[in-house]
Amino acid sequence: MLITFPHMGNVHIPIKTLLKKLELDIVAPPPITQRTLELGVKHSPEFACLPLKINIGNFIEAMDKGADTIIMAGGWGPCRFGYYAQVERDILKDLGYDFQMIILEAPDSNVNQLLNQVKAIGERVTLWEVMKAVKFVWHQINAVDTIEKAFEFHLARTSEKETAEHLYKTGLESISNCLSRKEIDTVCRQTVEKFTKLPRHEQPILKIGLVGEVYTILEPVCNFNIVSYLGHLNAEVSRSIYLADWINDHLFKGLIKKSNRRRIYDLASPYLNYWVGGHGRETIGYTVGFARQSFDGVIQIGPLTCMPEIVAQSVLNLVSEEEQIPCMTLYFDEHSGAAGVYTRLEAFTDMLNRKKKADLMRRQGRP
Amino acid sequence: MKIVGIPRGLFYFYYYPLWKSFFVNLGAQVVTSAETNRLTVERGIEAMVDESCFPIKVYFGHIRELCKNQIDYLFIPRIVSVEQRSYICPKFMGIPDMVKARIPNLPAVIDTIIDFSKDKKLMQKEIIRTGKIFTEKTSRINDAYKAAYQELQFCKALAAQGYTMAEAIHIWEGKSPPCPSAVAELRVGILGHGYSLYDERVSMNIINHLRLMGCKVILPESLDKETIENQAATLPKRVFWTLGRKMVGSALHMAQREDIDGIIYVACFGCGPDSLIGEIIERKVKNKPFMLITVDEHTGEAGLLTRLEAFCDMLKRRRKETFANHLPTYG
Ligand code: SF4
Repeated sequence: MLITFPHMGNVHIPIKTLLKKLELDIVAPPPITQRTLELGVKHSPEFACLPLKINIGNFIEAMDKGADTIIMAGGWGPCRFGYYAQVERDILKDLGYDFQMIILEAPDSNVNQLLNQVKAIGERVTLWEVMKAVKFVWHQINAVDTIEKAFEFHLARTSEKETAEHLYKTGLESISNCLSRKEIDTVCRQTVEKFTKLPRHEQPILKIGLVGEVYTILEPVCNFNIVSYLGHLNAEVSRSIYLADWINDHLFKGLIKKSNRRRIYDLASPYLNYWVGGHGRETIGYTVGFARQSFDGVIQIGPLTCMPEIVAQSVLNLVSEEEQIPCMTLYFDEHSGAAGVYTRLEAFTDMLNRKKKADLMRRQGRP
Repeated sequence: MKIVGIPRGLFYFYYYPLWKSFFVNLGAQVVTSAETNRLTVERGIEAMVDESCFPIKVYFGHIRELCKNQIDYLFIPRIVSVEQRSYICPKFMGIPDMVKARIPNLPAVIDTIIDFSKDKKLMQKEIIRTGKIFTEKTSRINDAYKAAYQELQFCKALAAQGYTMAEAIHIWEGKSPPCPSAVAELRVGILGHGYSLYDERVSMNIINHLRLMGCKVILPESLDKETIENQAATLPKRVFWTLGRKMVGSALHMAQREDIDGIIYVACFGCGPDSLIGEIIERKVKNKPFMLITVDEHTGEAGLLTRLEAFCDMLKRRRKETFANHLPTYG
């Protein structure tokens, strides 16, 4: 059995670790490239959302390298993601691939069954070792989040952007190679320290909230590396979703740690008063939250035709007005081009900078 | 007398008789918007975000039309789920909020939550909450709902005979039924969400065009519910969209029926569930001609007609060939 999985940002780090600890053999899909996307677009339904197409590309490339088993997450709607695995299996089988698909989903929200599924995959190890592996990986995931957050904070503030990018990459690499929790802690601490020592510039910093659909937020290829692009424009990005939150909420139904969902939902009302699948409600809740923490602006991102995000986008105009925060929505599909995206990002940050300056002058009593 | 406006879009096509009777039984007057027309579409496009699917835009157009009338209430239910463990679509779950955020100067909104995903209790409560707007008497509210439910059954029975839901609603309102088309050379199964299929503007009147081309159309509402469910259950995973499951089940059933010549799926541009359901059906229906038509605000009737004609011609040829193959070889 040679296992593969779909890419989603840094998710490959914990997945690889977990599978290795379960003594399983893996074939990671090659990093997402133009070819991945082209393969996906060619074989996927035309109007499916972008993540499905990239998944298909990942699976084809991994199976061409010898993988014969796919691990994929599932779900029970109403967002399309819950039915991805089914359609993907049909597509790949029709293409003639011979493989097995393991779909991790908490069937009707039953977490025990999910743990059993994990156990069933790791048949070579004991339940005790499975638990140990899960715990270790959870630690690793939190370390990844810490480094991502440090990167987002310091990239905007430093004058040495390239060094920051380099630190980020090497930090993550070391974390994926750590063998013990202690080692992870050390690497984490050292990386954060190095970030802190980077030289700073004197320019004003914009604070931008990034909200929207999980895959688009976590996968830089999908969002044209928006976090780093904004960082180079001296804008610090805070996201509504980090890896740990998604795994905790989506796969484990909030069992690992207490989630702050309740608070976010409270913030979302009165604008959006019901769950709408995916992360629609989080998008609105976080936008309100960012506004009240005096962020300069919010950017909503998602795959084109994403239903929960369209619901959120439809009420965003009101949120923006009432909470007085500039908002912008960007959708991505296979036709999106870097130039167009970057032009819009620059226009948005220019506007925010001008607004910030004007606000400051007004506060100082100057016309 | 209080006037309640019900937009002629989305689940109007599945539940209007129930909704209207309920409010009328409680002493209200009910008005609807006109059938979808150019203005409806224009108004809708203006009010809703570009990226939305067509039916939601149309719904917004209907609401804006109703707002021009003197109405006391606007009925915009939040339809989460009409059966256990299934949903319609995220947009249906957010629609009252979307409307409130995008259309100014709305009359009072009745945003009844329809959610059977767990059990029937929530619905009970919501019926009472809605009824209380018109009367304090719980028993009267319950009676109003029960009687209204019967009206819906009447329409469903009509649809089971082969009328579209739009026609069934017409007949229910006392208008004369459309005359049946003359000889039907072909039998074509047509699938799609009711609010696109039975809205003549959205679907470009596809059903009547096919009838005029000599087809008898078979619609999902005329199929036995259990048969549909059983067929849909052959998929490895339950389809958690109510309409999606109905379409998959109907398609699989139609694919097996000897008397059906071909199947057409009318999908909406920008529709999330359709983007996957259409694909699933296309991959499963291999023994029968299948055509996927995607409609949006730019779809032209002429282009559609050409495609339909070509499809029908192909079906006719196929029928002749099959017929010829079955002729005895002696003689
Ligand atoms: S099911 Fe499709 S057509 Fe209907 S509202 Fe949702 S996205 Fe639009």
